[in-house]
Amino acid sequence: MSEKTHKEHGGFWTKYIFSQDHKVIAIQYTITALLIGLFGLVLSWLLRLQLGFPGSFQFINPGSYYQMLTQHGMIMIVYLLTAILLGGFGNYLIPLMIGARDMAFPFLNMLSYWVYLLSVIVLMAAFLVPGGPTGAGWTLYPPLSALPNAAPGSGWGIKLMLVSLVIFIAAATMGGLNYVTTVLQCRTKGMTLMRMPLSVWGIFIASVMALFAFPALFAGGVMLLFDNLLGTSFFIPSVTLFGQQLPREGGNPLLFQHLFWYFGHPEVYVVILPAMGIASDLISTHSRKPIFGYKAMVIAMAAIAFIGFIVWAHHMFVSGMNPYFGFFFAVSTLIIAIPSAVKVYNWLLTLWRGNIRLNVPMLFGIGWISTFIIGGLTGLPLGNVIADVPLHDTYFVVGHFHLVMGVAALMAIFGGIYHWFPKVTGRMFNETLGKLHFWVTFVGAYAIFFPMFLLGILGVPRRYFDFNVLQYLPPQTNALNIAITVAALTVGAAQLIFLGNLIWSALKGKRAEANPWGATTLEWQTPTTPPPHGNWGAETPTVYRWAYDYSVPGAERDFIPQNVPTEPSVPVGVPSTVR
Amino acid sequence: MAFSIVLILIVLGAVALTISGIWWFTPLASNWNDIDSALLITLVVIGIAFVVLNLVLAYVVLRYRHREHNRAQFLPDNPKIEKILIGITALGIVILLAPGLFAYSRFISPPRDALTIEVLGEQWRWSYRYPGPDGKLGRANPKLISPKNPFGVDLNDPAALDDILSYTELHLPVGRPVLLHIRSKDVIHSFFIPSFRVKMDAVPGMVTHYWFIPTVIGRFQAVCAELCGIGHHRMQSPVIVERVEDFQQWLAKQPTVAATVKP
Repeated sequence: MSEKTHKEHGGFWTKYIFSQDHKVIAIQYTITALLIGLFGLVLSWLLRLQLGFPGSFQFINPGSYYQMLTQHGMIMIVYLLTAILLGGFGNYLIPLMIGARDMAFPFLNMLSYWVYLLSVIVLMAAFLVPGGPTGAGWTLYPPLSALPNAAPGSGWGIKLMLVSLVIFIAAATMGGLNYVTTVLQCRTKGMTLMRMPLSVWGIFIASVMALFAFPALFAGGVMLLFDNLLGTSFFIPSVTLFGQQLPREGGNPLLFQHLFWYFGHPEVYVVILPAMGIASDLISTHSRKPIFGYKAMVIAMAAIAFIGFIVWAHHMFVSGMNPYFGFFFAVSTLIIAIPSAVKVYNWLLTLWRGNIRLNVPMLFGIGWISTFIIGGLTGLPLGNVIADVPLHDTYFVVGHFHLVMGVAALMAIFGGIYHWFPKVTGRMFNETLGKLHFWVTFVGAYAIFFPMFLLGILGVPRRYFDFNVLQYLPPQTNALNIAITVAALTVGAAQLIFLGNLIWSALKGKRAEANPWGATTLEWQTPTTPPPHGNWGAETPTVYRWAYDYSVPGAERDFIPQNVPTEPSVPVGVPSTVR
Repeated sequence: MAFSIVLILIVLGAVALTISGIWWFTPLASNWNDIDSALLITLVVIGIAFVVLNLVLAYVVLRYRHREHNRAQFLPDNPKIEKILIGITALGIVILLAPGLFAYSRFISPPRDALTIEVLGEQWRWSYRYPGPDGKLGRANPKLISPKNPFGVDLNDPAALDDILSYTELHLPVGRPVLLHIRSKDVIHSFFIPSFRVKMDAVPGMVTHYWFIPTVIGRFQAVCAELCGIGHHRMQSPVIVERVEDFQQWLAKQPTVAATVKP
């Protein structure tokens, strides 16, 4: 990144469409991800309508149900969560928070967004082709995903899915290289690594993980595409489908599962680590208190990232892999609970003796803690290999991953969007609508997903079009399924309030101050709001202190921005452990 | 204030729904008390952690809410508290893991005298093959599968001809260890008997295993637990546990490989 200030040349197109400004690209990523997420949300409505009122909707048959189920999962995990956290928050926050003018490679950054958009278009195209999108489940396990007519959408659908994933990985790699390089090379004067806000740490570590994890999915995806297109047998042994011996042999379905989960488990942390970082900053800022144990928080994230690469086969305890692997992966999986627990304790200790302002971003920050607690804890029985045997592939798993990776991550995302909205748009959002959005989402999420743990303990398998065949369900189960469906429809409707609030406030909201929350980090210290292309005017800021000088004893105000020089009269807040 | 009250109500509601017992384990009908107790210990430990952590959250949010002239305490660190909390967490993990791993080691060590039964999954049903009087299952090869020979048994193997086939129900003698050999013809399925707490994927090209002892006479259900196409939710099979004599009688009425596959 050169030190020259950016000059806007060209008009509308270079400023808003083919922009190389990281902030515009962040907004493009965010809007695209939210729109595709809205589509994924509508799919979940239809799934819940079928489960709550089986048979009432003619257009939902087993085939279309499994197609919607597959697309819902893939859209939410990859095209919404991954894209919005790295492409959206990563793009917006990294340069501003480390005092850079832009990403290290602005053109590559722009290209990353357009390639991402292409992957979304290819994904959506699957809804228009003959046979529709694939219904092989978001895990795309072969042979189901590789054989003609084994699953719905086995013609065009699966091929478009795989092509879209490969394109997405290209986009994520361009983005990821950029984020990592920018954090390592473009920090402003004084911004040491251990002075970076935890949001940047989370995004940085997640980007490194993504760069190591996505190649496994790329390899698996291309091999599966070959099995589909060229008749290879990477993952296909001798099989008889519908009474016909297929001319395939020698492949191994478990190989795909290893490749998939070698990507898939780190992918969970690619989503969770940025969310952890964002939540940390929300909690610290709005409780007016330094994050408790900053160094421990950074180490915990690094530990989660490292251990996160050696736990993948806990998704495969009953897959038929060598059962002795179970010992190792159970131990590694439960060890990862320790750094995760450290993070929870430190958020609670950050709130302790704080001065908590329960505004909208903070409500979501606290909502994050609660939903991460239940989502994380319910991972323990699934990781404890023998306890996983009855629970595996039941509704217990559905409840677990939706709470930890869906709801908790979304709590951080919503909180983050509300928190940075004044900086991004220069306007305030509507507080009342924001609170309504929070309450419905938070209470509703528990109403939807908590009962699923009990269904899972009972032994209700996931991915069932209906539960009629199960003879061991108590009669109240119908009522429970209706209740879950009503809660899901309500929570979904609350997201429309959120989108409406965003649009209305961006256009008509009250003008925001430059630093409405009294935050210490650099993005709130820009000379203009919203910051222009190049961010900092004539000179980039100089950093003198860590990111969490809140309520420093003896200081006049309850926050000291990172770019305020250390003078004898202002005590340095940095604790000895991070200095 | 509102947040803390709502959070406490959520926790109470979750606990009440759980102890109402409407949705809970099906009555155990196998020897796998170990699985239930390992799972139960885990659920109790995480249940306690869930309640305690959320109540702490509700308390701090209420107690330290913003008021005029309030100021937060500058408290960036406390290595001692962190070490204590890490210690407690590690202890909790050991409490969960130790009984779990012991139970798991028993789960993957079938007894030698177990009755061996083959389970074959296909879109969308389960079929079963029992050893004949020789007590051995004959060899099978997926390449030999045909409409006449749905298990793909190798007719040149003398142990195969007396094998007994069931296309509808899994019958089991009560009190005798059973070792399942699980196969699939086409895509991945998963053979799950909720009342026995056991589950394992059926993977084409492989034979997977688990063992158990049925302890209760009665009718149970095996279902498919791995998405296997549009009939996934209908792929189930009755599991009938009966006295040894009844089992022998039933088995004697089922066709052998020699009778069905050979013309």
